Amino acid sequence: MTDTGYVRSELVAAKPAPNPTSGAVVWAKKNLFATPMDALLTAFGVLFLLWVVPPFFNFVLGHAVGPMGTVEECRAITAGACWAYVYNEMEFFIYGFYDIPQLWRPNIVFALGALLFVPLLIPKLPFKRINALLFLFVYPVVAYFLLAGGVFGLSEMPTEKWGGLLVTLIISVVGITLAFPLGIVLALGRQSTLPVIKTICVTFIELIRSVPLITILFMASIMLPLFMPQGMTVDKLLRALVGVTLFTSAYLAEVVRGGLQAIPRGQYEAAASLGLGYWQRMYFIILPQALKHVIPGIVNSFIALFKDTSLVYIVGMKDLLEAVKTKNDSALEWQSANTATTGYLFAAIVFWAFCFSMSRYSMFMERRLNTGHKR
Amino acid sequence: MTALDAGPTEAPRTFFFNDPVIRGIVYQIVVGLILVSFIAWIIGNTAANLAAQNKTTGFDFLWKTAGFDISFSLLPWSRASTYWQAFLVGITNTLLVAFIGIVVATILGFTIGIARLSSNFIISSLATVYVETIRNIPLLLQLFFWYFAVLKTMPAVRDSYELPLDSFINQRGIFFPQPLPDAQFGFVWIGLAVAIVGVLVLRRWARKRLEATGQRFPVFLTSLAVLLVLPALVWLISGAQVAFDPPVLGRFNFEGGVQLPPEFLALLFGLSIYTASFIAETVRGGIQAVNHGQTEAAQSLGLKEGDRLRLVIVPQAMRVIVPPLTSQYLNLTKNSSLGAAIGYPELVNVFSGTALNQTGRAIECIALTMLVYLILSLLTSAIMNWYNARVTLVER
Amino acid sequence: MSEPSQTTAASGQATRQDKATSTKPAIEIIGMHKWYGDFHVLRDINLTVGDGERIVIAGPSGSGKSTLIRCVNRLEEHQEGQIIVNGVELTADLKRIDEVRREVGMVFQHFNLFPHLTILQNLTLAPIWVRGTPKAAAEATAMHYLERVKIPEQANKFPGQLSGGQQQRVAIARSLCMQPRIMLFDEPTSALDPEMVKEVLDVMISLAEEGMTMICVTHEMGFARQVADRVIFMDQGQIIEQNEPEQFFSNPQHERTKLFLSQILH
Repeated sequence: MTDTGYVRSELVAAKPAPNPTSGAVVWAKKNLFATPMDALLTAFGVLFLLWVVPPFFNFVLGHAVGPMGTVEECRAITAGACWAYVYNEMEFFIYGFYDIPQLWRPNIVFALGALLFVPLLIPKLPFKRINALLFLFVYPVVAYFLLAGGVFGLSEMPTEKWGGLLVTLIISVVGITLAFPLGIVLALGRQSTLPVIKTICVTFIELIRSVPLITILFMASIMLPLFMPQGMTVDKLLRALVGVTLFTSAYLAEVVRGGLQAIPRGQYEAAASLGLGYWQRMYFIILPQALKHVIPGIVNSFIALFKDTSLVYIVGMKDLLEAVKTKNDSALEWQSANTATTGYLFAAIVFWAFCFSMSRYSMFMERRLNTGHKR
Repeated sequence: MTALDAGPTEAPRTFFFNDPVIRGIVYQIVVGLILVSFIAWIIGNTAANLAAQNKTTGFDFLWKTAGFDISFSLLPWSRASTYWQAFLVGITNTLLVAFIGIVVATILGFTIGIARLSSNFIISSLATVYVETIRNIPLLLQLFFWYFAVLKTMPAVRDSYELPLDSFINQRGIFFPQPLPDAQFGFVWIGLAVAIVGVLVLRRWARKRLEATGQRFPVFLTSLAVLLVLPALVWLISGAQVAFDPPVLGRFNFEGGVQLPPEFLALLFGLSIYTASFIAETVRGGIQAVNHGQTEAAQSLGLKEGDRLRLVIVPQAMRVIVPPLTSQYLNLTKNSSLGAAIGYPELVNVFSGTALNQTGRAIECIALTMLVYLILSLLTSAIMNWYNARVTLVER
Repeated sequence: MSEPSQTTAASGQATRQDKATSTKPAIEIIGMHKWYGDFHVLRDINLTVGDGERIVIAGPSGSGKSTLIRCVNRLEEHQEGQIIVNGVELTADLKRIDEVRREVGMVFQHFNLFPHLTILQNLTLAPIWVRGTPKAAAEATAMHYLERVKIPEQANKFPGQLSGGQQQRVAIARSLCMQPRIMLFDEPTSALDPEMVKEVLDVMISLAEEGMTMICVTHEMGFARQVADRVIFMDQGQIIEQNEPEQFFSNPQHERTKLFLSQILH
């Protein structure tokens, strides 16, 4: 051994870090007071919270009038949110003008929907295919006849009477379900080598994406009846659905196109070399991979659609937001300084709860897909 | 068939439909025919429906007197104006709220996007709460909130809240003094223009000097000083005066000053706050998309933090941020059509609403309205394509 | 706990050795410890690198090799002990960190070229903005180093247009443009295709022959044999064994070193 050599005779055992690396103080030092600037920002943030949180808390809970309260309490100068108003109008907010003795019908529809939809979202559960087929094809028929009635001795319930959260959910779920196949066809058409088909698809997609939904709903509301043969009337709900579906399909087409482009060329070539025809290639090889890739994008489109259903007031439907607005403006017996604010707050909470949970779900799927990809 | 099967083989005959070219042409003809006949059917129905309702078509109505009021307009407007002028008023009102909204949403969105990446727990949490709350609530609901729950519950004109600088807020919006600069004030504008040109020249010179001699020049501070001092000096020397026309409570309303109606304010607040939450996410994603190795490489070369951001990180982040940012701008412009729901006289409200109802020319009005949005988005995507072609990273 | 002997290079190059002993060491690390949270990544590191000395650090992945050299230009901060580079001790003081980084070049596994700048701009960025070199002079220097790494014709291309080997050579040239006194190499050939490894190693060998002080984390044992003055073997965040390459490869002492060498030298 020369003089440069060195051999460690005894290994150094791990020892704890000199300064504690966890604990509240260390955490605060690192995340709140790392630099003087940080400390200043922290102080600023805390002051802001002190300014905003207590009044908000007092309005929503502290000074609020509970569900069992009276309008007199709501009219008190110090009163906060008037939850009694929301509680008393809840049926209208959820079902619109639906006949009250018949509310069990939408309730069954809600329950069935949840029963079929929730398992679809959980990747681990089996029978996805049957579940999806039931949800996409059987459930809508059952739901429609349950809600509309006119068969099996159920009293007839015209769509004008439907409203509130019921309509919001119907339009968003039916809209996305119908827009989905249309979006796939448009995306495939856009990728097509046939110029006529490609042009048609590109024109449709870009035209729809460049105008606001509100103008498409105007069109559905005013022009759709003109387009139909004379004497044929188009149900308001149907008008809303047509507008929303066309609009969403253009956006979904772009989402799906992203997925198609992410599939490596080798997959197309391998499928072709097996002798599969165009539709077989798409159905067995390309689309299953592409759609799996874009599940987060599809969920995001659904969130956007869910929020956009608030615009169907244009065609005269009373969705959740429009139902709340109607009562805010017309429920004179509940008039107070905070009635409208409470109503909007309620609608906001409902919309938020739906959208937020969906966006978390989309993030969850994204993480799942990413890790699945690396393996 | 194998090579052993000697003997004359017939030229393979293809059934004509198995030729991919012919098949493609057939498909296209079929789809084309279906589409054309569908459109023809719609046109036929529409014509029959219109005839049955005794309605005429055409754009001649554009030159007729509109005869309705528009509450807020940058262009001169009276009841005697034509529908064409109403169309233009609608467009300018849309562009006005979209432009201001874009400026506000950009500032707010960048601030919040950067705040979300802050190492300070409180700041990043506040930004997260903002984004997750705002983007999960429909814009229309937010507009209703601002309009009906906030601005419309302001006190009546008589009991207006007084704001600083002779401004007032009440049910009818915000009133503030209108600055009335005198003729001398033109010199201040000239001074400002000279200062801006000076700053541009200074930046070029500083860059040249750095490249020539290696000496840094404090460009930012100097520019700031030039921009502030020069116009101020001109103001003092020229003796320019700015008079203010404050709003004064008259018999029924404030007189004088500038009024921003609650419809405009609610739409502006709603659009800016809503779009900012999306811009914040775009900005965060763009900054995070720059590989951490870039920061490390810049650090190991000895670049200081400011230079690191300016020369290495921001140019790369902007490539990622700009395309989705433009589509957010476009979304904001399209979303400004929701102003129709709270009575702001933008394009959809004025033209697809009032004008359509008065004239009954549904197809014409809706088509013209859509055309405006179509042109706006075609323009934007043309600019975007040009930008993308310019900044795309060159790869093998 | 045994203190390792801190001797500088004893290689065949007498001139180098004279210089190394006559001036202060280029890098001195004394009793250094580092933790990631509660994880003790570097334990009792003692290492002196003489001026002009070439060190190769080897060891299994996760042994702390990269972390060690990233501490030398403060991309990572240590919690205990001292790191002195060119006589400047690294502390939280930003000024000192800047001072050290100007003198220490670093080459990364994944090149980390700036994709939005041309090769020439990549090379001149730091000289212009950090050293304040006039642009013309910076470009001349850049071209000089591009010629040294044998790709002057690529000067106006973008990093994305170059092969991995070319990119890594550009990255080396980029560091050299700052005229550093010490070069750190963090697995510079690990991300390269086999046929490109040689072109990068050739550049590193010629640098070594010119007397650059170098610390290389690498798995290229042929390179270690050819140019290293000392090979250091690390495992579990500590220096297990160090020796001249000849001795190190032919006569490893520690069980772990033997095991490691038997696994990588077939």
